[in-house]
Amino acid sequence: MSVVIAASSTATFPVLPSLLIVPAFGALVVAFLPRARKDLTKLVALIFSTITCALSLWLLSDFEYEKHSDTFQFLSRQSWISDFGISWSFGADGISLFLIVLTGLLFPIAFLAVDPEHNNRSYFAWMLLLEAGVMGVFCSLDLIVFFLCFEVVLVPMYFLISRWGHGNRSYAATKFFLFTMAGSALMLVGIISVAFLHADSTGGSITFDLVEIAESQSITRGTARWIFLTFALAFAVKIPIFPLHTWLPDAHTEAPTAGSVILAGVLLKLGTYGLIRFGLYLFPEASHFFAPVFLTLGVVGIIYGAVVAAMQKDLKRLVAYSSIAHLGFIVLGTFALNTEAIVGSVLQMVNHGISTGALFLLVGMIYERRHTRQIDELGGLQHSAPLMAGFFTVVMLSSIGLPGLNGFVGEFLILLGTFTAHRWWAVVATAGVVLAALYLLWAYQRVFHGPAEKENAEMTDLKTRETLVLLPLLALIVFLGIYPKPVINRMENSVKDLVVHIEKHVSGFAEPVNRHSLGEIKIDIQQADEGH
Amino acid sequence: MFVASNSVPTPEIVWWALLPLIVFAVSGLLLLTISSLLKKEIIWLAPTFSLTAGIFVLISAIPMWNRIQNDGPLSFLSNSVGIDRSTIFLTSLIAIALISTSILARPYLGREGIPASEFYVLLLLSAAGGVVMAGANDLIVLFLGIEILSIAVYVLVALHLRKIESQEGAIKYFLLGAFSSAFLLYGIALVYGAVGTTNLIGIKNFLATSILLEDGMLMIGFALMLVGLGFKVAVFPFHAWTPDAYQGAPTPVVIWMAAGVKVAGFAALLRVFPLTFSTYVDDWQVPMAVLSGLTVVFGSVVAVVQTNVKRMLAYSSIAHAGFILIGVQSSSMDGTAAVLFYLGVYTFLASGSFAIATVVGGEGDSNHDLTAYKGLAKRKPALAALFTILLLGQAGIPFTGGFIAKLGVISSAVDTKYYFLAGIAMVSAAIAAYVYLRILMAMYSDADAGEIKDIHVSKGVWVVIVLSSAVVIFTGLIPGPFVEITRDAVPILVGG
Repeated sequence: MSVVIAASSTATFPVLPSLLIVPAFGALVVAFLPRARKDLTKLVALIFSTITCALSLWLLSDFEYEKHSDTFQFLSRQSWISDFGISWSFGADGISLFLIVLTGLLFPIAFLAVDPEHNNRSYFAWMLLLEAGVMGVFCSLDLIVFFLCFEVVLVPMYFLISRWGHGNRSYAATKFFLFTMAGSALMLVGIISVAFLHADSTGGSITFDLVEIAESQSITRGTARWIFLTFALAFAVKIPIFPLHTWLPDAHTEAPTAGSVILAGVLLKLGTYGLIRFGLYLFPEASHFFAPVFLTLGVVGIIYGAVVAAMQKDLKRLVAYSSIAHLGFIVLGTFALNTEAIVGSVLQMVNHGISTGALFLLVGMIYERRHTRQIDELGGLQHSAPLMAGFFTVVMLSSIGLPGLNGFVGEFLILLGTFTAHRWWAVVATAGVVLAALYLLWAYQRVFHGPAEKENAEMTDLKTRETLVLLPLLALIVFLGIYPKPVINRMENSVKDLVVHIEKHVSGFAEPVNRHSLGEIKIDIQQADEGH
Repeated sequence: MFVASNSVPTPEIVWWALLPLIVFAVSGLLLLTISSLLKKEIIWLAPTFSLTAGIFVLISAIPMWNRIQNDGPLSFLSNSVGIDRSTIFLTSLIAIALISTSILARPYLGREGIPASEFYVLLLLSAAGGVVMAGANDLIVLFLGIEILSIAVYVLVALHLRKIESQEGAIKYFLLGAFSSAFLLYGIALVYGAVGTTNLIGIKNFLATSILLEDGMLMIGFALMLVGLGFKVAVFPFHAWTPDAYQGAPTPVVIWMAAGVKVAGFAALLRVFPLTFSTYVDDWQVPMAVLSGLTVVFGSVVAVVQTNVKRMLAYSSIAHAGFILIGVQSSSMDGTAAVLFYLGVYTFLASGSFAIATVVGGEGDSNHDLTAYKGLAKRKPALAALFTILLLGQAGIPFTGGFIAKLGVISSAVDTKYYFLAGIAMVSAAIAAYVYLRILMAMYSDADAGEIKDIHVSKGVWVVIVLSSAVVIFTGLIPGPFVEITRDAVPILVGG
């Protein structure tokens, strides 16, 4: 793999390939550590994930967002299977940037937060492999490499759930694996078809280069719609969009704590990210055409997830269903097809990763102490664990979308953008915000308030290590809540470019904007054009 | 020239190009002679013979490849034999399958008390038949190869004399196999009737230059040949023998059937259909596409409900055959290269997987139920890890050779606009993944104390398993060079 470094096209350090190579290499190192040195595995895993995290932060600091450019940054390219036109081609823009950083952050946190119960070596090896795969999805600009990474994450996640999970873990793991694999089966056919049709119409050789194919838009409209559906199916299962969500509650509930954190934090984002990058960007016309379907499914997901979450007796299952609702918002924002809503969606992907990750960590900590997640059996925990109650409050409020915390910013932007574009969908979606308050506050009340009975009264509060693990997440929740500007700034240009790209390739489509601000100028320009 | 005018001209023979065939056939016959002369069986003699022959052929493939690369492919013996790089490539795969079978068979035969020399003699002769098929330039030569290959395998399947399943599998295989040979021969006869030659080049030229007013006979010939060859590679609906024969046969023989026989069968399919009948592609492509789709679906779906690991792998091998047939039906250079790549990867997948089935099968070759794999990860962590790689490779998970192989054949289907076929195949692959997951689940679950049986893995067997897994990973991570080799190895007809 050192070849990749040596031969990258730019002279600068190839930071994106290293994001894959470092954890993948780490996985190899961990897997071959001597069995006798159990204490080493966690340390080594932590070192590799911290290096990856540092690389992702470096990416963040080096990212140029003021220079308005529609190309990807940190480009690197290395031919892989030249006969098929497949190359390791990486690049990051404002949309993937923060997902990369989120991935970089969450893995060390997940390592620090929870120790596996057995087989440390393979646990950490799989985790690092998972990180490499996730990074690959967010960085790759080659359709096949994207698919490879998108698929390969199933394997580590399958083993993490089935070997270190709880309860009915092997059922949950198998269901997760088969659902997602079946979902993406057709996407491979779609990817190959795109490349062949592109080569046919341009007369060039086969290439799987995302930018080239997306910019040329050489595939006829009807075909593109069909192919879009194969992609959308894969992403819809991964996200998951109602009604393809049934694997999620099982997988989330039975996964080990760190697995749930990663699953909710980054793995679900593979789908939503995919919808933006390989849906809107690759198939603008088809995305626009099918947008009403996805808007509706998004709204259904919001309401359905919230209602079902409210019914749950298991705290972890409740958080799992809340994810379905949150991801409904992200889908809604994505298909509103305007800058505010898409920025909101990307931001909400990050927010959801932080707050749901933190929620799963907290639920895991409760489970570790009480060996139950049944809401009935918990109660009055705030007496015995005030610090935990405090942390839980903040995280929960962020998940509800309380102004001043990160969840609000994302949801507000999504609703704002959607309201401009599709008013009634936004109106219904807003009800989801209320429902979120309902099920989360109610759960909080039942778990933390009231009198504490025997075991609940004796529960220990957060340990220093646990506090330290949660603190960065909490800091981010507050920071993104009160000062999201630096993050939004970095996303905005890329999202604007995306919307312009959609406008360019969809005849008769203009970005639905708020008429009271920018919109007026835009309308004037259009009228002027028509005047000519 | 002092050659007398009354001498009969004999066809020219390029001996070096026949080296693999000679090595396999001669060592087989020599072994037969020696072992029948010996009063007492020498245990190491037969496996050493077979192993040496296999390794020799494998090594000799390199200079042969280079020579053909420089001088071009050649045909001789009145154009009835054609040696190109595909011949060398497929011969190497046959040699690899022979080597792994030989290594696996040694501890197996000793344990089960099966006479060793017969086994290796038959194996070598069967390999010789496979080599003939890979270099056949004439339908009659092709048929000869198939018969040499098959008859030896019929006996190999039945070799576990004390196991009734072994006899049952062999009888089924033999009866159906005899019918399929008849179909094939009848097909050959009809094609001969239509075009007037059995030479592949002759047929190709005839079909390219003449238009048949009545092509019914030719069409029936195609169909019957497809049936006959489809039987050899276990294509639905001619697959019925596979599960029983695989389950009953001594497990090392299954490696040979899954890897070696399949390679030879597809070598024949490639030479006959995309190469010789290329001008009539419109007539046979659709039936073949339908067959390949049905095979993939059937193999995947039926594999799911099995509880015997050998049967699971048998049905999965049917699914794999369907995938490979997708590449054949595309009848393009890319498709054929994809077929060769798939065959290469599958040779190792099958070798490794059935090697593990052999060692887990244990005494009496009977321990093949899924429960036998329970807790394997605890008892033999390394073995379980390697089996994981092989199973993920079979499932076609990214970064294994299995994925690149599937990518190739699916691409060829898309290239020929068979989108539906590609979609069906991918969905079936997802279904088939469940089969491999079931084995994985069993391996990583906790075993009941009563079920644990001791598993002995000899050094040679480790070599087979480790090498197979390594190749599966390697071809997945750095497929470029392998893809290039398979593209170079696309068969071409020469001579005429």
